[in-house]
Amino acid sequence: MGARGRRGVHRKASAVKRKATPAATPDTQWPLWEVFVQEKSGAPHEHAGSVHAPDAELALQNARDAYARRGPVTSLWVVEARHISATTPEDSPFLLGPGPEKLYRHPRFYKGAKE
Amino acid sequence: MSRELFEYLLRLGDDRLVLGHRLSEWCGHAPILEEDIALANVALDCIGQATQLLALAGEIEGAGRDADALAFFRGPTEFRSCLLVEQPNGDFAQTIARQVLYDAAGANVLEQLARSSEPRLASIAAHAAIEVRYHLRHAREWWQRLGLGTEESHRRLQRALDELWPFTHELVTPDALDRTLAAAGIGADLDQTRAHFERELDELIRSAKLRQPTTPAFPAVGGRHGKHGEHLDHLLSEMQSVARAHPGAQW
Repeated sequence: MGARGRRGVHRKASAVKRKATPAATPDTQWPLWEVFVQEKSGAPHEHAGSVHAPDAELALQNARDAYARRGPVTSLWVVEARHISATTPEDSPFLLGPGPEKLYRHPRFYKGAKE
Repeated sequence: MSRELFEYLLRLGDDRLVLGHRLSEWCGHAPILEEDIALANVALDCIGQATQLLALAGEIEGAGRDADALAFFRGPTEFRSCLLVEQPNGDFAQTIARQVLYDAAGANVLEQLARSSEPRLASIAAHAAIEVRYHLRHAREWWQRLGLGTEESHRRLQRALDELWPFTHELVTPDALDRTLAAAGIGADLDQTRAHFERELDELIRSAKLRQPTTPAFPAVGGRHGKHGEHLDHLLSEMQSVARAHPGAQW
């Protein structure tokens, strides 16, 4: 378990190298689940952290105990971390960066006029 | 009626205090961190319910005893908890079986008490009933997984069920005090609880592919009248040690 846990998230590059190995969780035999919490109806589900659990039902219960006991929560999602595909640090520059001369491509550019 | 109500509230409060303390013994020892947190949350709910019930008991008694005085300054023969809740944690299967058995009866008692003619008790019970629905769900999920899991987990759950079964008689068998309070519309009707408990356990035993335990010739009873096993002595001496070493301490 851990806030912002990323250990089980499957990163494209490393998964290709270790294709035969199922999601490795060195500290426990149970898989890691990412937890998303909705604080009021209609609001987005936001990533809160992660828990270990043998299956989805117990992942929801563990998420409830770890992330939903201290404040108002209307809904919880859990998703097994190995089902999340993530970018790698090597991807970031060309996948995520807009490039210094093309800032207008960033949607925030238009919103910025109001500020 | 206030003498009877005081006794009745001690039964309700002491059950939850002793069960909450037992569950808290898992803190730092549960199989994994997530389960450690889950059991600690259930323990805290139980102790919270006990605090409210014992505070109300003290108020009804009118002798100046608050929840702490009742929890920490009574001896084992003055405790009115059932024998089931003082049973040691044992292995994880034993803890889960104890929780399922207690909550399967307790959930029904609380639902009835939420309609009690004593409004302060009804309000405590209505809130507690919601918490216990979750406790039962958590314990049932483990019950299923242990029962249908490996050969070893199945064997351990069956052993826990067989060992704890004789203690369930006390949970669902009314005595004179239960009948008086039920007739007055204050307490729960334990005959109704028994019917609910039997239905629920039939289903739980079948769904986890367990064997029905044999009904013992001599059911284990006595807790409601202060006749406990030695387990409660040890539990209380630990639970009460700090309060007794520093009476009246504030923190």
